[in-house]
Amino acid sequence: MAIELQNVTRVVGIDTHIHATSIKLEEGRFNILLGTTLSGKTTLLRLMAGLERPTSGEIRFRGENVTGMPVQKRNVAMVYQQFINYPNFSVYDNIASPLKVMRMPAQEIETRVRRVAELLKIDPLLGRMPGELSGGQQQRTALARALVKESDLVLLDEPLANLDYKLREELREELPRLFHATGATVVYATTEPAEALLLGGYTATLHQGRITQYGPTAVVYRQPVDLLSARVFSDPPINTAAIHKRGEHFHYNETVSWKATGKYAALADGPYTIGFRPHHITLAPGNAEAISVTGKVVITEISGSESVIHMRVGNDTWVSLSHGIHPFRRGQGVELFLQTDRCFYFDADERLI
Amino acid sequence: MIDKTTNQRAWLLVLPVVVLVAFNALIPLMTVINYSVQETFGNNVFFFEGVKWFEQILHSERFHAALLRQLTFTGIILLIEIPLGVAIALAMPKRGPWVSVCLVLMALPLLIPWNVVGAMWNIFALPDIGLLGRMINGMGFDYNFTQQPLAAWFTTILMDVWHWTSLVVLLAYAGLSAIPDAYYQAARIDGASAWSVFRYIQLPKMKRVLTIAVLLRFMDSFMIYTEPFVLTGGGPGNATTFLSIDLVKIALGQFDLGPAAAMSLIYFLIILLLSWIFYTLMMRNEAQ
Repeated sequence: MAIELQNVTRVVGIDTHIHATSIKLEEGRFNILLGTTLSGKTTLLRLMAGLERPTSGEIRFRGENVTGMPVQKRNVAMVYQQFINYPNFSVYDNIASPLKVMRMPAQEIETRVRRVAELLKIDPLLGRMPGELSGGQQQRTALARALVKESDLVLLDEPLANLDYKLREELREELPRLFHATGATVVYATTEPAEALLLGGYTATLHQGRITQYGPTAVVYRQPVDLLSARVFSDPPINTAAIHKRGEHFHYNETVSWKATGKYAALADGPYTIGFRPHHITLAPGNAEAISVTGKVVITEISGSESVIHMRVGNDTWVSLSHGIHPFRRGQGVELFLQTDRCFYFDADERLI
Repeated sequence: MIDKTTNQRAWLLVLPVVVLVAFNALIPLMTVINYSVQETFGNNVFFFEGVKWFEQILHSERFHAALLRQLTFTGIILLIEIPLGVAIALAMPKRGPWVSVCLVLMALPLLIPWNVVGAMWNIFALPDIGLLGRMINGMGFDYNFTQQPLAAWFTTILMDVWHWTSLVVLLAYAGLSAIPDAYYQAARIDGASAWSVFRYIQLPKMKRVLTIAVLLRFMDSFMIYTEPFVLTGGGPGNATTFLSIDLVKIALGQFDLGPAAAMSLIYFLIILLLSWIFYTLMMRNEAQ
């Protein structure tokens, strides 16, 4: 167990930033905190780092209680969305700075700095000043500073958010490999579901200061425990619909109905909620379980080879993601096929059935 | 290739600026240059004198003394106001309701007209009725700024510090607030001391605004006139006769237009030269 939070809360004034949260992060794992802005990602990272003290609860690091321990005494490293480097130190001195504070012998500093710089492909830039680097190179320097300490815990707060997308892709690909090689436990905060999926590892979904679910990224994506987790982990946003079960069938809006099969057949009659991702409601019938739904187009966004169609069905607005280019006009009627077997079924408490 | 079109009418658009600059800079400057090379008699009779006045000023003990006083004054002002301003800016709250209170308090001295500042401090420091004067005397010091050169200097410097440190504070505070919080967190994680944070994060990040603060304070204090004129009138004796006060004495007191014009040109060139030196020194690393 690298780091463990036990009923940790964080209250500032009258605002509760983190509600009672417990989570255990295993040694050497790549963990992702996924949530919107203000969901508490940064606060959690700061609590783990020791930059903030929890209002209540305990933080344990490898079994040892570190709740009140100041950040300087913990072996943690943090990288931020902004490119944080000492402005009048060269890249070399920037990377060396945490080691110099530790009073490491110059010879060892040199070896470590060069090794990390090579790993991050900034070894030709060691003599430059941060002001002379591109954004990507600046962030690589900041990452090198975090890596060179060989910390047991590395915290990354949206490190790629300020980079343009080519550089982001490049670094996103390298990051899991880099950290896997060091064996450090990593916590990576991001607002983007797609980024979480690309990074893999383990994901915790956050909503308004609560962790709603934690598990392997693919599992959290495929089996959200409740509607909230599904909403957090979906971009474009997940579609929802209030449905009714009567007898053997689910009914939506009294116009659409489908047979309840498998484990859903045994469900009691009553109201339920379904959630489905945009690529499970498409212009072409995806599979045999797909049922036809008609609605009116609100807006169509076309991205290269895909069309995102926002449409109004009854009182709901749904988003559909279909292959191909379909330039529908606003107000136009459209028939879409919903794959009912790919829907998440939630009970009245919005928990997954 | 981009085709260039010629549009002579553009000159018309530049004309207002040309006229403005001509009347507020070029023509007065040319007049001063004109005076500086001539001897002036009554009835607007002029004789060409070449560089005589320049030689006279450059060799005059009076000018040397005033220049030395001026350099000393400006040096002391900069040594006090820049560190003090930075220290106050560092001590100011970063957020919360007190920020605006502090900023308004800091801005107040800057809003007071210079001659009022001089008059205020004159009364404030009078040894018989002034609060400051009586206090200092009450503490057992013999203090009278109208008679003792040292006391006059002390009062003038105190007045300038009171009046202008705020400017440095405001500039430094603006520089500090532009530093993202993440820098401080990163430094804490590195285990950097408060001194290292100041030396390696805050100071480099404040460099640009501090350069401006030093330049502004240098130029302003080097040209200081109104406040010491109202406070001490340049006295006692010539103790606080700075360059501008001396210049006015020569030009309007003695009505020696030639030497006064020559002196103002030399004065102007000194300010220009020193400003350039300051700027180059402080920006030397920036260029890398």
